[in-house]
Amino acid sequence: MSGRLVYVGQIDMFPEIFETRPVRIWIDNGLDWMVKYWGDWFEAGAYPLLVMLLAIQNFLLSVPWWLIIIALGGLAYVATKRWILPIVVVVALLLVGVMELWEDAIKTMALMIAATITTIAFALPMGIAMSRSVILRRLVTPILDLMQTLPSFVYLIPVVMIFGPGKVPALIATIIYAAPPLIRLTDLGIRLVDTEIMEAAQAFGATKRQKLIGVQIPLALPTILAGINQTTMMALSMVVIASMIGAGGLGYQVLQGIGRLEVSRGLFAGLGIVALAIIFDRITQAFGKRLQERIGLSDKNS
Amino acid sequence: MSKQTVIELKNITKVFGEKPREALTLLEQGLSKAEVQAQTSQVVGLNDVCLSVNRGEIFVVMGLSGSGKSTLIRHINRLIDPTSGTVHVNGVDILGMQPEELREFRRTEIAMVFQNFGLLPHRNVLDNVAYGLEIRGVDKSTRHGMAIEWLETVGLKGYENSRPHELSGGQKQRVGLARALIMDSGILLMDEAFSALDPLIRSGMQEQLLELQIKLKKTIFFITHDFNEAIKIGDRVAVLNDGELVQTGRPEQIILQPATDYVAEFVRDVNRARVIRVGTIMDKTLVMPCEVVVPLLSTCEDVLPLFAAHDYVGIVDSEGKRVGGIGAKGVIAALAQHHQALE
Repeated sequence: MSGRLVYVGQIDMFPEIFETRPVRIWIDNGLDWMVKYWGDWFEAGAYPLLVMLLAIQNFLLSVPWWLIIIALGGLAYVATKRWILPIVVVVALLLVGVMELWEDAIKTMALMIAATITTIAFALPMGIAMSRSVILRRLVTPILDLMQTLPSFVYLIPVVMIFGPGKVPALIATIIYAAPPLIRLTDLGIRLVDTEIMEAAQAFGATKRQKLIGVQIPLALPTILAGINQTTMMALSMVVIASMIGAGGLGYQVLQGIGRLEVSRGLFAGLGIVALAIIFDRITQAFGKRLQERIGLSDKNS
Repeated sequence: MSKQTVIELKNITKVFGEKPREALTLLEQGLSKAEVQAQTSQVVGLNDVCLSVNRGEIFVVMGLSGSGKSTLIRHINRLIDPTSGTVHVNGVDILGMQPEELREFRRTEIAMVFQNFGLLPHRNVLDNVAYGLEIRGVDKSTRHGMAIEWLETVGLKGYENSRPHELSGGQKQRVGLARALIMDSGILLMDEAFSALDPLIRSGMQEQLLELQIKLKKTIFFITHDFNEAIKIGDRVAVLNDGELVQTGRPEQIILQPATDYVAEFVRDVNRARVIRVGTIMDKTLVMPCEVVVPLLSTCEDVLPLFAAHDYVGIVDSEGKRVGGIGAKGVIAALAQHHQALE
């Protein structure tokens, strides 16, 4: 038996076809060069992101806690027209406050909202463009696959090198991670619009623009909203990793809990993230459902 | 040509696939559709279809699923471009139109009704009916006013604020019809407009269309898979089989003289008494005075009850002039004969 455990590694090694070290050196030097000469430009370019993030954060922090609870509870009521979700939202937010996580939760919320807004701003046009061009779709789809599967640390490092640690790289990393589902679902939603309805619009002489704004986007809206829901969820799931590069918020508490071996701190902050996730997930889902009912899509299934 | 041709399709061939030219060349060499499909793996949707539609008539194209009828109708407003052939509407070659001209043509000259209605689910009924006018750039109060009138015409008054999914199939298609009629275009394309409806509702819609047509006198291009529907509403009927036109003619002509076994197959199930008009089978020598006279266009079904009390009926033309007559035996013989001829 022991004979089978002999190390045989070298025999099956993959042959070296060409040397990759120069490629790696080239990439590393290239990044260094970019940081050195273009770093300021990148920072300047990302400055509006920082301004927006801080504006959202400062606004949310300036609003009294009870007003935020009432506002989110009200939003939940508007979305569902029932009392269950608002009660869940209020209880979850009170719990966050009781656990002394209010300020961290607001910072996380601000990061998530800023990431979601930025993602919508460029994922929607991208999704629309993809739905119209097969070539673009073939080109972008593998990039989206890459964005979704590449471990976030891999792009986190260059992003931090370029922008320096802080909120901006955290935001950018979150956007990279959270954008693909919205792009995909926007594209899908538009392409799935009933062909006969599209034909009708065309038969009545609608222009491309009239078709897009009057037919495609309204009918794709439930799917797009599902994409926005995905984006908010993925943004929230990035907060712990984002806190490692200086995003602060609940993720930082989790990180500290791990670092100091304070299980309770990690657990509380973790529960805070879950609470935020539940609140935003249920509210966006409820809005999506209302939209579908309005269009009459859900009737067909029931 | 005394009648004015509105729609004219010449030698329309449509090949679906990546290499339509290749298939087209083979078709021109005289190969059959099946041979071309086997050799090139291109699907021939329509093969050398020619037809013309006159102003004010209801022209029905009847074909089973896969016959290419939905492809055919989409050539008229150029939702589909042919692989070869020409399409003229009101004398204008629509294949030569630039995108902006084509949109203008669709906005003003031609309207369409769809099998599954094609209504906009996120808009209420009123805005659905007004959709085409909105595209055309008509202001809100004008188009809403017109939409309310048309909803009343199709019998949907009071449904203005309903949403399409709250309506029944028949109501939805009334909305579809109103949405097309509001455009006040000379041509109406109807793609299996009544096929998705229940039989009773369908029959009601057919009658409503015929009633409206008396007033509107539009040129209607109607597609159906239902032979009975075709002969009921069609002024002329064309039978499409496997991408090729088999026969074109007045309903009666097709029933009395089916061109092929394929057409005869459909004719077999038709209630002949309802289609055969006395004018076609009358005895022109029968001009002696009689108690009852009927117009030329009466059907056998119309005159049959009269034979309970009369031996024969006189037949008069549209000016009331006596042109012939027919007896019970004549009618029965005609019905039986046509039946026999097919067996």
